[in-house]
Amino acid sequence: MNWIILLSPLVAAVLAGLVFRAHKSVAVGLSIAACTVSFAASAWVFFYPGSLPFTSVDWIKVGSLHVTIGGISDPLSNLMLLIVTGVGLLIHIFSVGYMKEDPSVSRFFAKLSFFMFSMLGIVLADNLVMMFIFWELVGLASYLLIGFWFQRPSAADAAKKAFIVNRVGDFGFMIGILTVWALWGTVDFHQLQVLVAGGTGPLGTKADWLILAGIGLFMGCVGKSAQFPLHVWLPDAMEGPTPVSALIHAATMVAAGVYMLARVFFILELKGEVLTVIAWTGTVTAVFAALIALQQNDIKRILAYSTLSQLGYMVAAVGMGAVSAGMFHLATHAFFKALLFLAAGSVIHAMHHEQDIWAMGGLRKKMPVTFATFGVATLALTGFPFLFAGFYSKEAILVAAFGANRAIFAVLLFTAGLTAFYMFRLFVVAFFGSPRGAAATHAHESPLVMVVPLVFLAVLSTVGGFLPIPQYLEGAAGHGHGAHGNVVMCLSIAAFVVAAGAGIWLYRDRTHDPVRVLIFRNKFYSDEIYEWFLVRPQDALARAASWFDQWIIGGLMVRGTAALATFSGEVLRLFQGGNLQAYVVLFILGVAYLCYWILIRPFP
Amino acid sequence: MEALFFWIFAIGLVGGAVSVVLNRNPVASALSLVATFVILAALFVTLEAFFLAVVQIIVYAGAVMVLFLFIIMLLDLKAEAARPFPWGKALLVSLISLLFAFFFHRVLQSLPTGGLVLQWNTGGGVADAKNVGMLLFQKYLLPFEATAVLLLVATLGVVILSRRSDK
Amino acid sequence: MNALTEITLNHYLALSGILFMTGAAGVMMRRNILVIYMCLELMLNAANLALVAFSRFNTQPLLEGHIMVFFIITVAAAEVSVGLALIVSLYRLRQTTNVNDLTSLKF
Repeated sequence: MNWIILLSPLVAAVLAGLVFRAHKSVAVGLSIAACTVSFAASAWVFFYPGSLPFTSVDWIKVGSLHVTIGGISDPLSNLMLLIVTGVGLLIHIFSVGYMKEDPSVSRFFAKLSFFMFSMLGIVLADNLVMMFIFWELVGLASYLLIGFWFQRPSAADAAKKAFIVNRVGDFGFMIGILTVWALWGTVDFHQLQVLVAGGTGPLGTKADWLILAGIGLFMGCVGKSAQFPLHVWLPDAMEGPTPVSALIHAATMVAAGVYMLARVFFILELKGEVLTVIAWTGTVTAVFAALIALQQNDIKRILAYSTLSQLGYMVAAVGMGAVSAGMFHLATHAFFKALLFLAAGSVIHAMHHEQDIWAMGGLRKKMPVTFATFGVATLALTGFPFLFAGFYSKEAILVAAFGANRAIFAVLLFTAGLTAFYMFRLFVVAFFGSPRGAAATHAHESPLVMVVPLVFLAVLSTVGGFLPIPQYLEGAAGHGHGAHGNVVMCLSIAAFVVAAGAGIWLYRDRTHDPVRVLIFRNKFYSDEIYEWFLVRPQDALARAASWFDQWIIGGLMVRGTAALATFSGEVLRLFQGGNLQAYVVLFILGVAYLCYWILIRPFP
Repeated sequence: MEALFFWIFAIGLVGGAVSVVLNRNPVASALSLVATFVILAALFVTLEAFFLAVVQIIVYAGAVMVLFLFIIMLLDLKAEAARPFPWGKALLVSLISLLFAFFFHRVLQSLPTGGLVLQWNTGGGVADAKNVGMLLFQKYLLPFEATAVLLLVATLGVVILSRRSDK
Repeated sequence: MNALTEITLNHYLALSGILFMTGAAGVMMRRNILVIYMCLELMLNAANLALVAFSRFNTQPLLEGHIMVFFIITVAAAEVSVGLALIVSLYRLRQTTNVNDLTSLKF
C-alpha cells in the first residue's frame, strides 16, 4: 500500500505523456492529482509511522549479490518524503500559471511527474543499487526538464552538460557501491548498518578500501549536489523553466546528494579522512559559489550560485558529523529556495521573460505580494535572527563547525556574510528604486494560481525554523545550543548586520553595478578551465580516433582488403586472359623456376 | 685463328639476332633471320660440323626462310606503326633475361671444361658427312624413317589446312 | 686474355644462351605473330648450336649431337610449314596479325 507514494506519479507521467498529450487540462490535472495523492500518503506515513509497511520484492539474486526493490520507512525518509511531495505539490500548482501559454504543457507535466517518481524512488530506496537506479532516473528527468525548450541550442547544451557532469559523479558513486558490496557482501541499508556496527566485513578493515568506499559514495553527492569541482552544470541548468529550477535545482534533486550522505553516514564515519574531505569540499563550494554570486546579473544565476553555496553548507555539516543539522538546513532551504525561485519566476513572467536585474527596479510597488514573499525568503536565506527559518538551521551548522574545526567555522561565517551581501544586492536592485526599463514599468502582479503557492512557502519559511526537525531525526535526545551557542549566535548576527547593511548601502539607487571584479563575474573561469583541460584533449582524442577509424580501419583494412582482392583478380586474369604473350611470360617463369630448382638449388 | 673466326661470327650472330627482334618491318626481320642462319652455319663450320652447316643453309636459310618471306608477302604485312616504348614489358623482359643470365652464369661456372680448347684439324679432312651418315642409317634408322613419315603428315596437314572452306 | 684466345665449350654455350634469350625476348615483346614465330625459330637454333658444341668438345669423337640437330632441323621445317598454314588460315578469319587481337585461347 505504501507503494502508492511512489507509483502514482509514474502513472500520471505515463498517462500524461503518452495518452493524453493533446488534452492539456487532463494531463495537468492528472499530474497534480498524483502529486496530491503522494503528499497525502506521505503525510499519513509521517504521522502514523509503521502503519503501512513496505513489501519488499526480490529483484536480483546472483551469487552473493542480492538486490531487492523495497521501501524504507524511518524518520529520515519520512521527513524527506514530506518535503519532496509538499514543495513539489506547491510547485506543480505554480506551474499551471507559469506554463499556461506554453504549447507543450502536457509534456511538461508528464516530465514533472516522472521526476517526482524518480526522486521519491531515491528517498524510498532500501538498498544502494535501487538508489543508484533512481539516481540515474533523476538525472534523466533533470536532462529532460532542463532541455524542455530543446529548440534553444543553449538549453539543449545545458541539458547535456548536466547529464554528463552528473555521470562523472555517478561513476564514482558506482565504484563506492561496488566497494561497499565487496567489503560487506550486501548493499541493503539495514543489513549494512548491522554489519558495520558489528565489526569488520569479509575484506577486513583495510583502510584503503574503506576510504575508497567513502570517497566513492561521496562522489555521487559531488555530482548530484553540484559540489566543487562538478558544480559547473548547475548555473547552466537555469536554462530550464523556472518551476523546474525551483523544484529540481533548489529544493529536491540537488538535496538528494545530502540525503544520500545522511543515509550512508554510518559508512562514511568509519574513516576520519573521508569526513575531512567531505567537510572541506562543502566549505570550499560554499565560499567559492558565494564569491561568484556577488557579481552575477541574471536573477536565476544569482539564485543558482546561492543554491550551490547553501549545498556546500549542508555537505560541510555532514562532513563535520552534524548530520541532523545538515538535514535541518536541507528542509528549510527547500522552503525558502523554492520560494525564491518561484518568486523570481513570478518576476520573470511579469517582465516578459527578462532576467537581468539591472533591467528591473521598483517592482516593490508593481508586484506587492511577490515583493513581500521574496523579502521573506531573502531574510530566511540570509539568516535574519530569530524570526525566520534559515537562521536556526544555519546556526545549527555554524555551532557544529565552531566545535569541530575553527578554520571551517571562519570560512562559513565569512560566507554567511557574503550571502547576506549578495542577496540584499539582488533584493535592492530588483525591487527598490525606479524601473529601469519598459518591461519593469509595465510589470503587474501575477495571477492567483501563481501567488498562492508563494504565500504558502513564505509561511513555511518563517515557521520552519521552529519545527523540531533535528530532534525528530535523532530521536528523543536532541542537542541544545550548548556552551558555544551564544558566541556563535552573536557572531552570526553581527556578520548579517554588517553584510546586509553594506549591501543595501552600496546598491541603493543605482543604474549599473558599481563594483567590477572580473574573476567573480567570470565564475573563476571554471568553464574555461574545463574546456582547456578536458574538452580539448577529448576532442583531439576523438579526432585521432576518427582518423584512425577512417584511414587505418576503413582505408587499410577494409578498402585495403578489397584492393588486395581486386589486385589478385587482376593478376590471376593473366592466366586466363587469352593473351598469348602473357602465357609465354608465365611459361618462361615456370621454366626459370624449374631451372632454379634443378640447377641452382643445392642438393641435400 | 680459331678465336678470330669465332669472335667475328659470334658478334655477327648476336647482331643479327638483335636485328630480328628489334626491326619494325617484318621483311627486314626475316632477312636478318636469314643472315643469322648463315652465320650460324659458319659457326657450325668452326665446330667442324660441315654436314650440318650445309644442311642448315639448304633447309633453314633456303627453304624455311623462303617460306616465311613468301607468307609475309602473301599477307602483305606493313611495317608496324610507331608506338610509345613499352616500358612495362621491357622491364619485365629485362628482368627475366637477367634471371636467366644469372642461371647460365652459375651453370657455366660449375661446368668443368676439361681443358678442351677448340683446335682445328688442319692436316687432312674430317670425314664428317660419312660418319654422320653411318650413324644415321645404322644406329638411328628408326628415328630417320619416323621423321620421313612426319614430313609426309606435315605435308598433308598443310594441304588440308590451306583449303578454302567453300570447297 | 685466355678467355679471348682460347675458345672452350663455355664460349659456345654462352653464345647459345644469348641467342636463346634474344629469341625469348622477341617472343615476349613483339606484336606481329609472324615475327614471334621467327623468334621462335631463333630459339630452336640456339639449341642446335649448343648441341653441336657439346658433341664437338669431347675427349672421344661423339656425333650423337649432330644426329639430334639433324632431326631438329627436319622437324622444325615441318613445324614451320604447318604453323604458317595455320597463321594464314587465322589471317583469313580475323584479318589481323596483331597477337593482342587473337585472344580466343581462354576458358
